[in-house]
Amino acid sequence: MQRQVALIKQSLFDQGYLDEQFIELEELQDDANPNFVEEVATLYFKDSARLISNIEQALERGSFDFNRLDNYMHQFKGSSTSIGASKVKTECTMFREYCRVGNAEGCLRTFKQLKKEHATLRKKLEQYFQASK
Amino acid sequence: MEKGFSPVGLRVLVVDDDPTWLKILEKMLKKCSYEVTTCGLAREALRLLRERKDGFDIVISDVNMPDMDGFKLLEHVGLELDLPVIMMSVDGETSRVMKGVQHGACDYLLKPIRMKELKIIWQHVLRKKLQEVRDIEGCCYDGGADWFTQGQFLGGGEDVSFGKKRKDFDFEKKLFQDESDQSSSSKKARVVWSYELHQKFVNAVNQIGCDHKAGPKKILDLMNIPWLTRENVASHLQKYRLYLSRLEKGKEIKCYSGGVKNMDSPPKDAEINSGHQSPGKSSSYAFLKATETDPKQLASASVSDPTSDIHMPQKAKKTRIGFDPPISSGVFGSLLPWNDVPDPLESKPPILYENSFLQQQPLPSQSSYVANSAPSLMQEEMKPSYVNPDEFLMPQNKNSTVILQDMDLSAPFSSNATSNTESIPGSLNWELPEAHHSGSLDTDLDFTWLHGEHFFANSGLQNFQFQDYSNSSSTSLLSELPPHLWYGNDRLPDPDEYTLMVDQGLFIS
Repeated sequence: MQRQVALIKQSLFDQGYLDEQFIELEELQDDANPNFVEEVATLYFKDSARLISNIEQALERGSFDFNRLDNYMHQFKGSSTSIGASKVKTECTMFREYCRVGNAEGCLRTFKQLKKEHATLRKKLEQYFQASK
Repeated sequence: MEKGFSPVGLRVLVVDDDPTWLKILEKMLKKCSYEVTTCGLAREALRLLRERKDGFDIVISDVNMPDMDGFKLLEHVGLELDLPVIMMSVDGETSRVMKGVQHGACDYLLKPIRMKELKIIWQHVLRKKLQEVRDIEGCCYDGGADWFTQGQFLGGGEDVSFGKKRKDFDFEKKLFQDESDQSSSSKKARVVWSYELHQKFVNAVNQIGCDHKAGPKKILDLMNIPWLTRENVASHLQKYRLYLSRLEKGKEIKCYSGGVKNMDSPPKDAEINSGHQSPGKSSSYAFLKATETDPKQLASASVSDPTSDIHMPQKAKKTRIGFDPPISSGVFGSLLPWNDVPDPLESKPPILYENSFLQQQPLPSQSSYVANSAPSLMQEEMKPSYVNPDEFLMPQNKNSTVILQDMDLSAPFSSNATSNTESIPGSLNWELPEAHHSGSLDTDLDFTWLHGEHFFANSGLQNFQFQDYSNSSSTSLLSELPPHLWYGNDRLPDPDEYTLMVDQGLFIS
């Protein structure tokens, strides 16, 4: 079981899903908060789901308010740095760039990719925490 | 986890609308042994702060919050409560960082925030306290002539530029302070040249054109500040002119390579870049050099300034310059056209922006001329036999910090120190230790060092070093030491490592 945990974790890093922030979180984990990382991850996914749906709604409206979208994405990016969600962060940056130049098509495309990365990470982390128990 | 030294019980208020970050920061701050209060809303935070007027030592706030702009919160806190505020953001864009600084942030941290950055936030609290003390003793720093005589203690070459820079900063700082401070007995109305006021002044001067032709009357008219008098402007103008002329001379001397090194030595040590303790990068001026270094590095650079001179022996003054923020006059020159900076506030009654941009001038610059003029209260009494505070103030990054203080290192040193620290309770009362300092420090700044044992335990070499100094003829030994060593390092650095060391030292002011 331990080996599986290690493998999952390694792949998460190798494939660039997570960055050193995740390690920082692990270092914060202690006896006082033995499940700290998992709690943080849970919190993140809950909060980011909310942000994603906000962005989705904003995009569906069709009237691309780039400022607003950028704001949402700024929040999302900030949130994603908290657990070291590296790929998600990259998509956020790209999205913001598209907002900056007012490229709606780019925004839509990137958002799709972002959601995908987000979902993948979520699944992988769930596996990871499951295996760690 | 890095070893570090942090004042236990520092009361921190964290404000962030991101629940994930709030949780993480809370945990991190608790790990620093701080007393943490979290808040998800800016308004809530303000309410808390107002309710518990003296309930917090420092505020850390995110820049982007739904209910209130982080900068607004910053202003409120700064003005109403005069607490140090650290801004946070995932966005390290220079303009935002500058905005933070302008609004009085004492630091700007980039997310993801690292433990080591949080471990040293107490420096800001200390610095603020020191500033308050200094302001109270304002007249001590009013050695006007000293600014001009400072050149005398400057050594050759490298030191000169820094010394000059520091002088300029002193001067600049003075510009912002109460100009009628000179005669404490004077009953003149105090004019506090706040950042905004000075900006208006500069705007007016620039508008008139050649500032040599600009007369106080014209400037006054242009500034359009009803309560300001011609005399106020005249005296400020005089200072300003002097300052400018010195800048001109200063411009010829490029920023010392040490300073430059700090700025552009990213490869030197990754830690310096991301870290928070590098005074080289950690000056607010680093912000101005945005073009040269990457924003993240800049933004994460703290504005912690070099260690206060309070425990800085007089002798070290001149060579200690290296610790000053590596501001070249060029940088400062770029500061001059303040008209570029948006003037957020209209003519308000003068407020002394304690945290104004230039306020973040290192304390050392202030006390540097203190050293030269009549010894000030602080300087004198905080004389070096005061080893312990340094220990306290020195965060341990990786190396043990050996405080190589003044000549008075004596054999009982280590034991004294230990016994001192042992007696200190594990909470931040900021009490001065009784033993081991000449004269009591009767400022309202009390600080204690905690975890003294921790401190000793950390450093393998520490005791060894102490022995060294106690046994040998400390005077000669110390005088051989480059001054930056006084900020602790368990090895003798070579010149190339100078800045590296500087970065690892503690910088508060």
